[in-house]
Amino acid sequence: MDVHKISELFNQDIVVINIGLESFADNLKKEGVRVLKLNWKPPAGGDKKLASLLKRLGR
Amino acid sequence: MRKVLIEKDSYYDSVFLMLISREVKKIPGVRDAVVSMGTEANRELLKKVGFLTREAEQAAPNDLIIAVEGDNDEAVSNALQSARELLISKKSEAKAEEEYRPVSLDTAFKMLPDSNLVIISVPGIHAAREAKIALENDRHVMLFSDNVSLEDEIELKKLAVSRGLLMMGPDCGTAIINGKPLCFANVVRRGNIGVAAASGTGLQEVTCSIDRQGGGISQAIGTGGRDLMESSVGGMMMLLGIEALKNDPATGVIVVISKPPAEDTAKNVISKLNETGKPCVIHFTGMKSREQSGNLRFAGNLEAAASMAAALSSGREYRPSTFTLPALEIEQLVKHETAGMSRPQRYLRGLFTGGTLADEALILFEWEIGSSCGVYSNIHTIPERILKDPDISKAHTIVDMGDDLFTAGRPHPMIDPSLREKRILKEMHDPEVALFLLDIVLGYGSHVDPAGAIIESLKEAKKQAKNRGGYLSIVASITGTRGDFQNMEEQKKTLESIGCVVMPSNYQASMLALEIIGKAA
Repeated sequence: MDVHKISELFNQDIVVINIGLESFADNLKKEGVRVLKLNWKPPAGGDKKLASLLKRLGR
Repeated sequence: MRKVLIEKDSYYDSVFLMLISREVKKIPGVRDAVVSMGTEANRELLKKVGFLTREAEQAAPNDLIIAVEGDNDEAVSNALQSARELLISKKSEAKAEEEYRPVSLDTAFKMLPDSNLVIISVPGIHAAREAKIALENDRHVMLFSDNVSLEDEIELKKLAVSRGLLMMGPDCGTAIINGKPLCFANVVRRGNIGVAAASGTGLQEVTCSIDRQGGGISQAIGTGGRDLMESSVGGMMMLLGIEALKNDPATGVIVVISKPPAEDTAKNVISKLNETGKPCVIHFTGMKSREQSGNLRFAGNLEAAASMAAALSSGREYRPSTFTLPALEIEQLVKHETAGMSRPQRYLRGLFTGGTLADEALILFEWEIGSSCGVYSNIHTIPERILKDPDISKAHTIVDMGDDLFTAGRPHPMIDPSLREKRILKEMHDPEVALFLLDIVLGYGSHVDPAGAIIESLKEAKKQAKNRGGYLSIVASITGTRGDFQNMEEQKKTLESIGCVVMPSNYQASMLALEIIGKAA
């Protein structure tokens, strides 16, 4: 098992991209963590059929 | 008077909308309000409360639904207007705070090339896609979302292991990486105890208890509950996490916590821990304490796991005990709590927000009194003991209010205490209830004042019992630290102000509840 990337993470500051609940990003900012919030929206406007089609197309 | 407004193509997250709902409910003349996205689960919820109009029925998951019930037309119109203004002002606040927010992960990676962790909490059906992109771009992932399929979980974890990356979750609520609390985690002291847990509130209870005993945490890795329970996942992330903690020079002691694991997985995890050569403490829910074996110690409950780890970490000897308070004080406490009870009062109602805490209490009650009188729950593993209707308690009942049965389409009770408050107000009318057993979970992500949010209902419940000539005992524990923003001391004072007994851990609260119930019957 190669865990050197996890060891690297343990020795760096965490830098986070947050997708979803904004409060998670806001709480990390309060702890001094650099965070980028994604302006996420459901793919295909939340249309399940279209979203699964996009998934199959690898988009 | 009811009105429903649909805003096409306006996405907001569920916690943000819960806050807006709460504000709108405070407007004079408003009886009830729901502000939510038009997902299937939310539409089902609106139907239950009678808000599902024809327009709402046709809303898409990306459409916003604002539903208001008020005293009259004017109150409803005002409330709808206020809801729209609140949404606009909150959104512009967010926009003012940041210049640009990317819409895709690819752009985000370009904007923040040194990012090393992606936290995902979007609805489950979309979550795996984002997690896969993150892993393929060499980022560690914390996947908070639930409702991710088992197939997706296995695929993601295989990908993560092949690339040597953390894939915490799905359904991972808590982790602490480099001292930073992620999602629902508490502010705990740093130290040399590394934790790997397949249980969110289990991880919180153990890390908080370690903190209270003077120990500290190096890293706390969450794996998601299915990692060990499902033999097809086989503890992939737990095994990787243990390997990482083994290699971490800052970790001197390893603690592993899980809900009941699959047999083969348990063996593999134990053998992996054995290989680390570091002192390890293991607690699987439902496992009684066992003799030490080499570098491995087996704890019978969450608090014991924390105590063993704290002792190992500081070179102290571990002394097992049920209660922190001396036996005489416990005896007096039990006498005090049972003295005023009336004849019909004999049953326990455990109303929990933390899943593992509910599990722990349920198992303790099953062990002690299960064979003689039975304990019912929505999370029981014995089919005959599962509540037929999770909203209606029976005899001794322990409810996990964070179960999917209660949370579909609404925020978790740790965020929104209103569901538990309603349950308290319902349970208080049952003259056979002798005791409420509660958890109060603090930390980031949780409600700002979880004790304050239910205190009025608890006060009312005590009053109702008194009016019937009895006494309602309320026993609680607080999962939190002095560093948590909710102020642990204030939370304790709030509970004690109406005569609740606050114990140092969920285990001790459950054991005291057992003593009281034993004497009440």
